[in-house]
Amino acid sequence: MFWFIRRLMLSIVLLWLVFTVVFLSIYMVPGDPVQLLLSSDAGSADTAAVEALRTKLGLDRPIYVQYFDRLLGLFRLDLGVSLVSNAPIIADIATRLPRTLELIAAAAVLSLLVGLPAGVAAALRRGRTFDRIALSVTGFAQSVPVFVIGTLLVLVLAQMLRLVPAGGFIEFSEDPGRHMILLMMPALAISVGLAATVFRITRSSVLEVIPLDYVRTARAKGISRNRVTTRHILRNALMPVVTVFALSLGSLLSGTLLVEFVFNWPGLSSMLIRAVHARDYTTVTGVLLVTSALFILINLVVDIIYAVLDPRVRR
Amino acid sequence: MKPKTRWIPFILLGIIVVVCALAPVLPMADPIVMDMLKRFAPPSLAEPLGNDEYGRSVFSRIIWGTQISLIVAISSAAIACVIGTSLGILAAYLRGIVDVVIMRLMDVLLCLPALLLAMLFVTLYGGGAAALVPIMALVFVPSFTRVAYSGVLTVRSQEYVEAAQAIGASQVRIMFRTILPNISAPMLVQLSLSAASAVTLESGLSFLGLGIVPPEASLGMMIGMARSTMAHAPLLLVWPCLALTILVLVLNAVCDALRDLLDPRPAGGADASE
Repeated sequence: MFWFIRRLMLSIVLLWLVFTVVFLSIYMVPGDPVQLLLSSDAGSADTAAVEALRTKLGLDRPIYVQYFDRLLGLFRLDLGVSLVSNAPIIADIATRLPRTLELIAAAAVLSLLVGLPAGVAAALRRGRTFDRIALSVTGFAQSVPVFVIGTLLVLVLAQMLRLVPAGGFIEFSEDPGRHMILLMMPALAISVGLAATVFRITRSSVLEVIPLDYVRTARAKGISRNRVTTRHILRNALMPVVTVFALSLGSLLSGTLLVEFVFNWPGLSSMLIRAVHARDYTTVTGVLLVTSALFILINLVVDIIYAVLDPRVRR
Repeated sequence: MKPKTRWIPFILLGIIVVVCALAPVLPMADPIVMDMLKRFAPPSLAEPLGNDEYGRSVFSRIIWGTQISLIVAISSAAIACVIGTSLGILAAYLRGIVDVVIMRLMDVLLCLPALLLAMLFVTLYGGGAAALVPIMALVFVPSFTRVAYSGVLTVRSQEYVEAAQAIGASQVRIMFRTILPNISAPMLVQLSLSAASAVTLESGLSFLGLGIVPPEASLGMMIGMARSTMAHAPLLLVWPCLALTILVLVLNAVCDALRDLLDPRPAGGADASE
């Protein structure tokens, strides 16, 4: 129990530090941040606009007042308002975040469905044709940037073969079938690289388990081949896969942002990109805080699952 | 990898670097000058990859775009290497409060996905190659710090470090003359890994229109812009995609080869034997 509380506190402290660093980011810029935010190719902004934005961002108040003001807002789930539309940021995130998470979940399921069995199969046939081909294919798949895969998918499947729409979004409640088709395309684009990663870890993890004593014992007992593979080898080889999978969620999120843009999926990406273009500082920090909170939460959950599975971790 | 084939990635990267470095003197069309008469001109002898929607030479833009990608990626990775390695050595050698402050700060930065962190600073600074280098350097600092930190922890208890302490060498001298050379191999591997992911990050940002600013060319930006005309000019999309994929593939192969060269032990378990 003590371990869980300690681990929880650690996550909360980390979240607080992330908030502090993001809060201070506007002060890390050399020069006047307000001038910078308003500057464009046309030249510098007029004094009235600078002062207006400074008041709006609260930068005219002492730094510690701003800090505690925003920190207290966090407890009320208040991330402030957008500099462009004046709408509360949290409301926009609340409608878009589920769509991004849905996409990530679909991509994760797809890549596990392909990567896990392929990784086990390759490890069992180490050095044979399937193993070699799969190794070079995944090496290639990991190198192609995710937005290149997405763009080429649109070009080939939507533009040339006219099999699927080029992208977009429709609510599940309106048209479930079309929703799934529109979901599958970006999920497929993300899962190419992810499946390759899953394949590689599964393969090397299984290869480490195969020569162990209990596998030999299980085989000697006359347990069927399939049962040894699923019950003895795979179960014990899964831990590293879970770790790397959880750790790759950060980069997965970056990839998802790009793929959402390619397929016009209205998740966090379009909101964020519009905000960066409009120099909407508060919206960008809001999205950043929510995603890093998610990342910290996922790490916490993974650690707890670990501790439940393997009590040795709790030290 | 066999000793003879392990040099191939380095040779390929060398060719790419030389071609990009020679871009100003190569007999190519200007990558920025527009020529409306040549809009969507098909590939010809003079223009092997044709012209884009503004009549600019696609071949020339790809070479110049690769050059910018490499310059931005390598300089940001190099800056991150210098800063990150120094921080890692300081934290691991001095321990105490320095250790806590530096390493916790790196934990925080690692909680923020690379693309998002870069976007935050693009919001504040604006885009363009000059702003992109410090922004991306910041993104890659934590990984260098982590690698240097764990390297120093294994090296600092070695006898030659104790010997240096015994003869009264200064702390700075021990950190940067005694310890640094002994952790240079993993740092070099990390440098190549960061340069490869910097190319991907830069192209991603430019693809979104948040990185390199027009009229300069960048592979990611070319892909982003060719999306709108893909219905009648699909090749305009294919060329930069191909170029970027080859560039990343070569860089990743260099990383693998470098790791094999610097670390002859079969590391990472199973994959090393292939």
